[in-house]
Amino acid sequence: MKSHKVRQLTAASIAVLVAGLSLAGCSSGPTSAGSSGASGNTITLWTHNAGNPAELAADQKIVTAFNASQSKYKVNVQAFPQASYNQSVVAAAAAGKLPCVLDIDGPTVPDWAWAKYLAPLDLGSSIANQLPSTVGKWNNKVYAVGYYDVALAMFARKSVLKDADIRIPTVTNPWTGTEFNAALAALKKTGKWAAPLDLGTSGTGEWWTYAYSPMLQSFGGDLINRTDYQSADGALNGPAAVNWATWMRGLVTQGIIAQKSGADANADLINNKTAIEYSGSWAAAPLSKALGSDLAVIPAVNFGAGPKIGGGSWEWGMTNSCGNKAAATAYLKFSLQPQYQTGVAVAAGTIPADQSPASLKLDPSYAPGGTNEIFAQMSSKFAELRPPTPAYPFISTTFTTAAQNILAGADPKSTLDQAVQSINANIKTNNGYK
Amino acid sequence: MLLSQTTRAATGAPLPPRRRRRIILSGSRGESLTGLGMAAPALILLALFILVPAILAFVLAFTNAQLISPNPIQFTGLTNFIQLFHDPVFYRSLLNTLYFAAVVVPVQAGAALVMAVLVNTKTRGTSFFRTIYFLPVVTSMVVVSMLWLFMYQQHGLINQVIHQLSFGLVTGPDWLNNPATSMPAIILMSVWQGVGFHMIIWLSGLQTIAPDLYEAASLDGVTSWQRFRYVTWPGLRNTRALVLVTITIQALSLFTQVSVMTQGGPLYSTTTMVYEAVQTGYQQQQTSYASAISLVFFALVLIVAAVQRFLTREKA
Repeated sequence: MKSHKVRQLTAASIAVLVAGLSLAGCSSGPTSAGSSGASGNTITLWTHNAGNPAELAADQKIVTAFNASQSKYKVNVQAFPQASYNQSVVAAAAAGKLPCVLDIDGPTVPDWAWAKYLAPLDLGSSIANQLPSTVGKWNNKVYAVGYYDVALAMFARKSVLKDADIRIPTVTNPWTGTEFNAALAALKKTGKWAAPLDLGTSGTGEWWTYAYSPMLQSFGGDLINRTDYQSADGALNGPAAVNWATWMRGLVTQGIIAQKSGADANADLINNKTAIEYSGSWAAAPLSKALGSDLAVIPAVNFGAGPKIGGGSWEWGMTNSCGNKAAATAYLKFSLQPQYQTGVAVAAGTIPADQSPASLKLDPSYAPGGTNEIFAQMSSKFAELRPPTPAYPFISTTFTTAAQNILAGADPKSTLDQAVQSINANIKTNNGYK
Repeated sequence: MLLSQTTRAATGAPLPPRRRRRIILSGSRGESLTGLGMAAPALILLALFILVPAILAFVLAFTNAQLISPNPIQFTGLTNFIQLFHDPVFYRSLLNTLYFAAVVVPVQAGAALVMAVLVNTKTRGTSFFRTIYFLPVVTSMVVVSMLWLFMYQQHGLINQVIHQLSFGLVTGPDWLNNPATSMPAIILMSVWQGVGFHMIIWLSGLQTIAPDLYEAASLDGVTSWQRFRYVTWPGLRNTRALVLVTITIQALSLFTQVSVMTQGGPLYSTTTMVYEAVQTGYQQQQTSYASAISLVFFALVLIVAAVQRFLTREKA
């Protein structure tokens, strides 16, 4: 009697398990065949902004306005935390469950376009006024477009620079490499700071490539040869790149930067623990609040090949598997109207991608004469896109490791040679990412 | 199998008599079917989350699979392994992993044993100390790593203590940014975090030793060292095997501390095989290359475990 019951229970539980497994198998079947992210005229939109309420609210506002503006299409927003966003997208792509519209970090656009996650966009004149660095292109096709950009810059106290007899540079007349080195030496000589310059070396992840590859480019090197994106030889390990690496390591040995900087760069500058902070436009608001008119915004240094900053922030695109591309295109076009896309830039405290007068009226601080105009100028004049190639994620991690090793004292030439070798091998493994 | 046997022996539960086992084997078919049914949920989950990924890693290691790629997967034979064995970073990670294990296994096992002997007395307050020693174990490794990251800074807590204790004569190094001290710093922290767990296992082993053995020994007038050497140590034989195997496997899979504190640097001084596998597999999207690293890691763990099993076997 007892064993009979047990057997029944076993049979029942196995049946339930098998049913559950086969059901799970079925449900993933049809969607991987073709379209996803849309059911009829209702499409799904993914964003990385779950941890950023101000920007998410601005995105939500566009969606609400779009849904109200017409009765045909409807957009549903799903927000993810940034830390797990890319993994979520890759997992969704593998399962054939991508949404219709999603946002993408600028340098990742070519990789996802190559992997056929993204579909080319036909936005016509909607993007005529965008800053070039906010349009994500690959193989001469537009795959994504951003509502805003950010700009790298250095910050210091005007009084500190004046005391050390250092010229405050401008966008039209930035510091040269020689001038910058002399300024750093003068600040170090005062003995007031353990390390006068804070380059943000405690940062992790994409920061290293975003922040230091523009310096490499200003020295005359680059992450990869941009003619065909097939090899990094000569660009990343040529004489210019070695000069850059030697200079970076020299900053550590001369005690001008810390090999690992403090956890809070803004606080260090405000508390006068550092003299110059290398950061970006996002730091301008808290710093000017603390330092007021004493704050000097220092544009990128010209090390020979012109001043450079990284370009491209989060951008919006449409997936290849989207079941209703007309709806997705209609939404993206709608969102690019100045009042909407610039609304996001204002909420995020970033440079509006749309540089038309109608757009700048919404955030006068970036318009000519405004307090933040300098960032918009740098974005349009100095911004160099991180190499638009699907190899970028690999190049970026390889460059980061190489730069960290160089700062820790590794031989510049052989470290860069090794990095070039890895990058070229990776490009070859992937058949040139064509 | 290995673990369950030693756990049972270590905790002193009696092994089931041989007689019963034979009955189950020759018993009615229905009963063994029931047993299988009972085990089915666990077996299916085990197959789905352990067996299938392991087989996948074996297969992927011989292909050119990428995390993100529009190209179909192709078999490439031994290409990944040839690349791996020409990679200086791989050898560095292998050496670091072995270095970490070679130091952590004896130090952590030894310290845990000393602590277990110390708290295995019948005096007041021992449970207080047991709890204190066990506290780091129940704290997440990520949290512990973050805290020690601050303590290890150039002007952090540890260097302040060194400075004060030496009356200002000694200035501590920049622990995690110096290739010479980064690995020892991680070792010290890891031992501190893990030692409480193995103390508990040693303790359970100590408590299975029959008290009459100690009584007999004290009647014979042994010194405390002799008591440890000839009564306690032989009584811990099974526990020893368990502690050895668990610490070794835990040490070989070093990852969390490195990922949080040093990201493998400076100058590859703290990179490990598991860290390299995760780094290449996810950040660099080279699924197949990461699978090859995992496969080599699997072989390493297998060899080490087999050697340990051989050395701690029951001699007939």
